Amino acid sequence: MTTAVRKALPQGLDTGTMNRLGLWLFLVSDASFFLALISSRFFVVRLETPEDVSQILGLGLTILLLVSSLTAYRAEVAAEHGDQANFKRYIIATMLMGILFLGGVGFEWHEAYKHFPPSTGYGTILFTLTGVHATHVFSGVLLLGFIYFKGKNGAYGPDDYYPVEAAVKWWHFVDVAWVFIYPTLYLVQI
Amino acid sequence: MLTALWPLIRAIIWSAIGGAIGYGFASGLVTFTDPPQNLEVQISLAYVGALLGWLFGIGVWKYWGREWFGLKPDHNEIKGASRFFSFSIDHKVIGVQYLVTMVILFLLAGALAMLLRVELANGSQNLMNAEQYNTAMSLHGIIMIAVAVATIMGGFSNFVLPLMIGADDVAFPRLNALSYWIVPPVAVLLILTPFFGGFDTGWTAYPPLSTAANGPDGTLLFAFAFLTFGLSSILGGMNFLVTIIAKRAPGMTWGRLPIFVWSVFAAAIISLTATQWVAYGLIMIILERTTGMMFFAPTAIDAAGVGLSGGSSILFEHVFWFYSHPAVYIMILPAFGLELEIISHFTRKPVFAYKWVVRAFFAIVFLSFLVWAHHLFTSGMGQNLHGPFMLVTELISIPTGIVFLAALGTMWRGRMWLRTPMLFALAMVFNFSIGGLTGIFLADVATDINLQDTYFVVAHFHYTIVGGEIFAIMAALYYWYPKITGRMYNETLGRIHWAGMFLFFNMTFLTMFIPGVEGMNRRVAVYPETFNDINFVVSIFAFLMGLSMIPFAYNMANSWIRGDVAGDNPWHASTLEWQTTSPPPEENFEHEPEVFEGPYNYGRKRAQASQRPARTPAPAEGD
Ligand code: HEM
Ligand SMILES: [Cu+2]
Repeated sequence: MTTAVRKALPQGLDTGTMNRLGLWLFLVSDASFFLALISSRFFVVRLETPEDVSQILGLGLTILLLVSSLTAYRAEVAAEHGDQANFKRYIIATMLMGILFLGGVGFEWHEAYKHFPPSTGYGTILFTLTGVHATHVFSGVLLLGFIYFKGKNGAYGPDDYYPVEAAVKWWHFVDVAWVFIYPTLYLVQI
Repeated sequence: MLTALWPLIRAIIWSAIGGAIGYGFASGLVTFTDPPQNLEVQISLAYVGALLGWLFGIGVWKYWGREWFGLKPDHNEIKGASRFFSFSIDHKVIGVQYLVTMVILFLLAGALAMLLRVELANGSQNLMNAEQYNTAMSLHGIIMIAVAVATIMGGFSNFVLPLMIGADDVAFPRLNALSYWIVPPVAVLLILTPFFGGFDTGWTAYPPLSTAANGPDGTLLFAFAFLTFGLSSILGGMNFLVTIIAKRAPGMTWGRLPIFVWSVFAAAIISLTATQWVAYGLIMIILERTTGMMFFAPTAIDAAGVGLSGGSSILFEHVFWFYSHPAVYIMILPAFGLELEIISHFTRKPVFAYKWVVRAFFAIVFLSFLVWAHHLFTSGMGQNLHGPFMLVTELISIPTGIVFLAALGTMWRGRMWLRTPMLFALAMVFNFSIGGLTGIFLADVATDINLQDTYFVVAHFHYTIVGGEIFAIMAALYYWYPKITGRMYNETLGRIHWAGMFLFFNMTFLTMFIPGVEGMNRRVAVYPETFNDINFVVSIFAFLMGLSMIPFAYNMANSWIRGDVAGDNPWHASTLEWQTTSPPPEENFEHEPEVFEGPYNYGRKRAQASQRPARTPAPAEGD
């Protein structure tokens, strides 16, 4: 690899840098959407959180997602090192946790429908925030699945694992979003 | 001809298929709900399906999607006129697609305005019934807002910006094509609204009117249209930010960026972030309409008849203006850029206080996020917020004033070349100062309480958006016309257009301040008799302003076919887009350009052409 330094700006940074930059900007944009979501909670129901919100479920879902971020990270490292076995193992593990999370949200919806349906203030917020977030998780699972099928025969190596990096970065983003949504939905108390 | 339109036909077929799938799916879904819903769930999912089908058919699959599934993307580039009807990834084609679409929408919404003025020529109901008036008024508003947002950020930034920074294309060409092809469904949805009962909310769509259970389905179509349009804006904003950061030619340092590029950079930051807020606002409306959620309705009653806390209708106003105020800067910032750009080239002087202008742009971006609630002074928002929002709004006049002074400073003792673009740019300086000054009365709580929702507001924002932005767009259309088409527009017709538009624009909207101050409400078809005369006068001026669009439309269409060949650089301008042929070749420059100086180093004696501030290296042999 050459390390020649060009004085003048080269025509265009390389595609990899541009893709990274583009993804980061997209995340900034999406974060702005989540900010809007979160702020609406304080408008619609102020600081009110019903007693019968399942705290255990909320905490469990949070832990699940945090752990999945760790395995996603391991998958990325494995792809970078060309470690096929671990790449596959960790991607699968992450996807499973993602699917489990979606199941958890489904259960949450089932319960919530009885106590605070969407026609109440808290229900409105709960269904909207978890709904939008679950859609993100679902897209993350799809992306990881995609990466898995493309990469299972060794398509990614040390020089060429950007798709893995991008999918994993998306996954981390979705997790961080949950880290803000969780206290907003469950922990805020008067 | 049919082969040229084939991509469009394919897209229409696919959107029909997508729409049918969405409709069927929704119909299945609603059988589970009880009581059965109105048609809105079906309409929503049918639209989502149709949109996806449309994008799939127009070329997302052919040029892009195939790649994800390990197939080869089909890159056989279409040539000739049919590329304007296809998923072309050339930024120049996309720029033309945007510009032509937007000019057509502009003329269409302008025709609606003429209808509104017929209705408003006297205080009684004459031409339209109440619903028709509301729909015409709302459609005029939202279409013009779309034109104001996308003409510069989609049209000119696409065509000119990559050329100005010496790039071969934008950073993400396929995403760029996607951002454009998202726009036609928006137009179709809006045009369809009258067939779904119209919509009566104005472009601001405040609940509870926009979520009223007995309201027309047209409101839902409107919400989807605005939402889709927002997606296009977000993708465009991201694309231009990356393009400016990453695709500059050698030597094109940050300090050498043409001022228009800076203004797009600033506006793109707003598109990227603020647009998400209006998206959420519209999603809330859609959800409240289709699923009975309670974002806005103040209290809900549960099954047992117990009152539960519900939502807040002011929530929408906050979320909406958190986008829509910054959005006015998506419109005006690049218009400032165009104004300074053109004034500099036509006075042969560098942009005055270039660095301060750039700082002012970013100050405006920052402040624009902190002033939204000046639209809520009469909405029942907490009184303690009035003062701060008034203050911050008035603070924006400082950076805005810097831009204004820079325009004057650039002209100062310059020798102006009064061609049509320059005339429009000068008119913009004049008009916008009236728009800005009247904004102060609206920002001031004490006066705004009286002026809110009157024709004073209408006159104010027409001064800023039409007088400011649209005049700058006209200037830019004439300025870059030879670059885009390769042909020169007709100068006489251009000046007639300018004189008519400038004169009658001012007469229309200056007069409109009078009923405003006297308290005439906006968004009404029927008004007290005392306002009859003044409105009749406004209507006459408005028709005359409408007439001034005829020479414009004729000039644009006719000169494209019959105009004189313009040459590469008819204005002898120094920025990079003029250093290539008109229209530019597919790869933009024959050789990768290099930049040696800032963009506006006019007025120095230069020994040789090679000392021009920017050049493409000497042409190859035999050229
Ligand atoms: C330069 C300083 C400006 C100030 C101080 C200002 C202030 C205001 C205020 C306080 C209002 C709310 C009036 C009300 O509803 O009672 C308003 C309305 C409006 N302004 Fe401005 N403005 C300025 C510039 C602009 C610019 C540059 C644009 C667009 C390019 C613009 C577009 C609008 C629009 C569209 C509305 C009305 C929105 C609606 O209710 O439909 N303004 N302005
Ligand atoms: Cu505003």
